[in-house]
Amino acid sequence: MRYAMAVDTNKCVGCADCVVACQTENLVPNGYCRDWIVENVEGAYPSLDMKFQSERCNHCENAPCVRCCPTGASHIVEGGIVLVTHDECIGCGACIESCPYDARYVHPEGYVDKCTFCIHRVDKGENPACVDVCPTYCLHFGDLDDPNSEVSKAMKDRSWYVLAPEAGTNPQIYFLR
Amino acid sequence: MKEELIVSGKNIPEIYPVLHLWHWEISLYLFLGGLAGGVLFFAAYFYITGKEKQMQATVKWATLIAPLALIIGLSSLLYDLHHKLYFWRLFTTVRIDSPMSWGAWTLLIIFPISLIWVGSYMKEMFPGWDWKWKVLNWFEALVIKYRLALAWVMLFLSIILAVYTGILLSAFNARPLWNVSILGPLFLVSGFSTGLASAMWISNDKHERKVLSTIDIFFILTELFFIIHLFMGFWAGTQVKLEALRLFMGGQFTLDFWIFVVLLGLLFPVTLEILELIGYHVPKWIPALFILFGGLMFRFVMVDAGQITRFLY
Repeated sequence: MRYAMAVDTNKCVGCADCVVACQTENLVPNGYCRDWIVENVEGAYPSLDMKFQSERCNHCENAPCVRCCPTGASHIVEGGIVLVTHDECIGCGACIESCPYDARYVHPEGYVDKCTFCIHRVDKGENPACVDVCPTYCLHFGDLDDPNSEVSKAMKDRSWYVLAPEAGTNPQIYFLR
Repeated sequence: MKEELIVSGKNIPEIYPVLHLWHWEISLYLFLGGLAGGVLFFAAYFYITGKEKQMQATVKWATLIAPLALIIGLSSLLYDLHHKLYFWRLFTTVRIDSPMSWGAWTLLIIFPISLIWVGSYMKEMFPGWDWKWKVLNWFEALVIKYRLALAWVMLFLSIILAVYTGILLSAFNARPLWNVSILGPLFLVSGFSTGLASAMWISNDKHERKVLSTIDIFFILTELFFIIHLFMGFWAGTQVKLEALRLFMGGQFTLDFWIFVVLLGLLFPVTLEILELIGYHVPKWIPALFILFGGLMFRFVMVDAGQITRFLY
């Protein structure tokens, strides 16, 4: 099993519904976020190209945050989801320093927090909150090893890219062109 | 032209627009760790080579600094932790992949060793010293009997301690300035140089100071070579490495690095040491103070600058 997410950049309008849904679902403290929207503008006027990307923890297969964690609080569970065990985390920040995507932050309570792919929902067979709330249906979640999963079907016949592949992290958030 | 904007959230001050999570606590800790490593290494080295009598300050007095530096360094590290009450979690597991984990274990072992080493010399340093309890006297006799074995352990662990302060940073692949293999050796020689400087400052024996200063000249020149080597690597590197280099070549850390670290922290004291070696009189505290200052500044610059560098995507 290999949980992954595909973000259709042709459909994303940058409304930030996914950000708010995550904050509500996971009671993310005020001023913090586990996912965010990036607007990319390329080219020179008048020939400009703009696209939006909904970004979050990449749940890397070769996760530097897990490697650098001195206590084992950062770990990978079945399905490849990277999680932080709060009462094992000492808040040293090594994982934050090691993340090429800056996807982690220190929760006001002291431990390090990040996207969990809404594992509490996924375990019940549901989608992460961001996926379910997306008004343009640009987020697709599922098991990459299952050819019939939503994410596999969304990626089929589409070209995609990942963020900073040169970091060697093998990220599991795929952006569809 | 490419412009990237974050249009929602993520204005978490420690992360955005640039990462700035580690502050002075980490720089100070890396400095004191290297300093303690240096002090303990040379104490062990001169004991093993049978120079205990000629190098009294290095083998005995300077080692008083080590436990003190480690206490301040570790307090500073603890202060930096955001989930302080859980710090003991470091010692419920050994994670070979994580330099911070084996560094914590090294500290856990080398700190009592430094205390035991200092303790075994208390009677020699302070005549009339009394341990009060019989068991401590018995333990002291035991340590003195096996001091050579202790020195070998200390020699080995002090190298690990000093090199770990650099490897800790070089393990972060997300920060191109740190993610270079020369950083471990660079922090090692810098830490050893600050250890030598402390022993030089403490020593009142001219012969001992001359030996220490000769070794220190070698260490400072090696450090300069490693810095040039580091920058040559960046110069020949990819865009992320060039961005890292730019911070020191016209960027925001140019003055801090070249004036405080290289000029005042390395070139100035090494010149004084060479002058002293060829016969000029130089007050011993001047080169020592500048070496210590340069070592501290080096950690401040590296910790701050490294967090700014990142992958470009």
